[in-house]
Amino acid sequence: MHNLVCKALALARVKGATFAEVRVVNRRSEILKVKNGVPEVNTSNNSYGWGIRVIADGAWGFASSSRLEKQEIERITDRALQIARASATTKKEDVVLSPIEKIVGNYRTPVEKDPFDIPLETRMNLLLQAEKLLRQEKEIRISEAFISLFKEKKFFANTEGSRIEQEITTCGGGLIATAIKDGEIQVRSYPNQRDCSTAGYEFIESLDLVGNAERIGSEAVMLLSALQCPSKVTTLIINSSQLALQLHESCGHAVELDRALGTEAGYFGTSFLTPEKLGSFRYGSEMVNIVADATIPGGLGTFGFDDEGVRAQRTQIVKDGIFVDYLTSRDTATRLNQESNGAARADGWSKIPLIRMTNINLEPGSWKFEDLIADTNEGIYVEDSRSWSIDSKRFKFQFGSEIAWEIKGGKLGQMIKNPSYVGVTPLFWRSCDAVCDESSWQMCGTMGCGKGEPMQIIQVGHGVAPARFRKIEVGVTT
Amino acid sequence: MRVEDLLLRVLNYSKSKVDQTEVLYIGQKSALTRFANNFIHQNVSEKDATISLRVIIGKKIGSASTNRLDERSLKQTVDKALEIAKTQKETLHPKSLPTQAKYANLNTFIELTAKCTPQERAEAVSEIIALAQKNKVMASGAFSTNAMDLAIANSLGLQAHQMLTEAKLNLVVTGEGEASGYASHLSRDVAVIDPRALAEEAIKKCLQAKDPISLKAGDYAVILEPYAVGDLVVLLGSMGLGALALQEGRSFMCGKLGQNIAGENITIWDDGLDPLGMPMSFDFEGVPKRKVVLIENGIAKGVVYDSYTASKEGKSSTGHGLPAPNTSGPFPLHLFMKAGDSSIEEMIASTERGIYVTRFHYTNPVDVASTTITGMTRDASFLIENGRIKQPLKDLRVNQSVLKALSRVSLVSKETRLVEASRFPGWVRVPAIKVDKFTFTGTT
Repeated sequence: MHNLVCKALALARVKGATFAEVRVVNRRSEILKVKNGVPEVNTSNNSYGWGIRVIADGAWGFASSSRLEKQEIERITDRALQIARASATTKKEDVVLSPIEKIVGNYRTPVEKDPFDIPLETRMNLLLQAEKLLRQEKEIRISEAFISLFKEKKFFANTEGSRIEQEITTCGGGLIATAIKDGEIQVRSYPNQRDCSTAGYEFIESLDLVGNAERIGSEAVMLLSALQCPSKVTTLIINSSQLALQLHESCGHAVELDRALGTEAGYFGTSFLTPEKLGSFRYGSEMVNIVADATIPGGLGTFGFDDEGVRAQRTQIVKDGIFVDYLTSRDTATRLNQESNGAARADGWSKIPLIRMTNINLEPGSWKFEDLIADTNEGIYVEDSRSWSIDSKRFKFQFGSEIAWEIKGGKLGQMIKNPSYVGVTPLFWRSCDAVCDESSWQMCGTMGCGKGEPMQIIQVGHGVAPARFRKIEVGVTT
Repeated sequence: MRVEDLLLRVLNYSKSKVDQTEVLYIGQKSALTRFANNFIHQNVSEKDATISLRVIIGKKIGSASTNRLDERSLKQTVDKALEIAKTQKETLHPKSLPTQAKYANLNTFIELTAKCTPQERAEAVSEIIALAQKNKVMASGAFSTNAMDLAIANSLGLQAHQMLTEAKLNLVVTGEGEASGYASHLSRDVAVIDPRALAEEAIKKCLQAKDPISLKAGDYAVILEPYAVGDLVVLLGSMGLGALALQEGRSFMCGKLGQNIAGENITIWDDGLDPLGMPMSFDFEGVPKRKVVLIENGIAKGVVYDSYTASKEGKSSTGHGLPAPNTSGPFPLHLFMKAGDSSIEEMIASTERGIYVTRFHYTNPVDVASTTITGMTRDASFLIENGRIKQPLKDLRVNQSVLKALSRVSLVSKETRLVEASRFPGWVRVPAIKVDKFTFTGTT
């Protein structure tokens, strides 16, 4: 395989490419799902292929194939060059890459128990046991439990001499209970945005799906008769899982430099965080410190090297509330006279690296969760994401959560259903006056972050602790 | 090797070991030229072929897939599916695979689309960029040309094979003063994609949309272009026009079949055979596509089925199965909404005060039971006063029940447009509509 890759790189050079990189990727997955007592999905997938990205005549070209063979190497490399030359017909300036060190190395997700070594029957029995406990009450009409395993082996090589092998293992599991009564539908899930991790099977065991199932089912049923979320301006305390999605949508996407430079304008949009704001714009209160950290154990955006061969990094994005850096790739970092901070990631072998979130984390503050509730006289505490929408500049948003509780006199009170809140990104983060400490800081994330055309779906992480926000508009009425 | 022979070979691997086997082959050659800020910045091509297997042993089902098509890998994939099926628990509702069928002969493969070169796409993009530069605006978007080879065979003798192409051009044009405009077109035939016409449409909108003002949130009459209507109709599909959602009690159609759920002027159906959509002869189980009326003159009429949901009710599949394994159930991929006799010009002229919306952004369901969705307007909205477009508007947030909106439609355009669903799979051909009361809950 290595010889074929070297041949492709050499061929690209000979035929006029000033730069080329090849990625060979083998992805394996196994998904188990039990629904209403019946094993619904039990499937295994394997996808293998390679892609070559070249710069020729100063422009990018990329071609990929599921066949890594001598003749296909020549055909696909030619194709990438042909595409680059077509791109060059509209170029304004040549692509310029930020310099990187030549790396010959490897990375492997540390795992205690390789999840693919765990017998199917063991995984299935865990799901059947947990799923049964979800539906103890008759109002639970749909009960689901799942376990997902992923392993991605990648080989990267470029014409600058880098040769990198990586093996990323990801796994997780979760529960979803849907309660229905008199036409009303309420959904409760566990652990919501904390369901997967780059880790071994020990992560799935740590979720204690069985121990949480009955509570989740019961909460779904209780939501049917809970108080409707009031419409008012109030104090909002948000749990880690909901805040992870908030961070994802209103910070993670907003700090992607390609969006800020307008190159995603044709699809998902741009960013209100335009380059002149870098280093001076008050994104949040002084409590708000956000990092992009691809090195933290367990994060869904944790790796050794990005898909341009840049070493994983930890980059401060928001410091004491001030917006201080973007997520960058090699060809965008040069626009800011910077070097790439290692955020170029591709969805498998058939796609090009785009600027993607790694692990966008809100740094822990100093509050104990119990003290934060006790310190809040009146407000709402929301848990776990249910619906989301944000504008094309990542400026104005609306989020819905699965469940909430009123806060009165420093104590959690009645359960609230259909909680929702709206806001404007910088005003929202500036209203943050407390972030909880390490004891309640959790690594969350999503397996399904979409971006680009053709659409690329990627896994990204968000480390977060619960936080408090003042004067937030809750309870959207229609 | 011919695709049909490949499928039969895989069926033979499992023949003596299982009761039933299904083999699905999806071969794809995709190319996409992406541009932004008036230059091509991403330009890619992809070639892949995947075999997906479903095996049934008694009441146990296993599935596995691979894109490695050598004999050893295919045999390993068969063995994996068998291993999975054997360790599986028995299902309550055993699926029997579909049987042999006859398929409509549709023209779904256009050679010109399949053979479109990077140079040809770049030329189309250059034409757009030239028009954008002439008008001092920036063009961004993507021009894609794709070919799919879809084949299914099962051990009950079913054999289906179809080649499909798709060409698509999306365009966002931005200009000074927060202005933007949008246009898109898709077809099986790349020759009918007119880059100049699309560029003119988006640029015209953009130039009109300069210096938008904020409008107070509230209820307004609204005129929705087909791009916006398509979004609402597909969201409606996602909230319960499939049989599984109905059977599980999570569809807005629950208890409503036969009842009035929208205005009399609203008829929505799914028809994968209609050449005015993106036709295909059969679904991903090899079941022939069939027209299904979902809402007729405002009355809830039915939902779409795959073989699993159909067998639960003793019915026949309507040809709406997605590739296995699929937990979402059948889905209407080819939606249509009946045209009326009005025009966008008439709608504007009839509006004393209202909002004109080109399209929505990031729409998502908020409450399935009431079909409430939220999202933002995007790429040119306008205030209408006294029958005329008065002023461009900043983006507005929508929180609206789709069915309530479809109950308040006073005008429907004669012209329809084929648009792609933005957040869910599928295509939809819809008219423009005027809704007398539509809820906006915020503005930028």
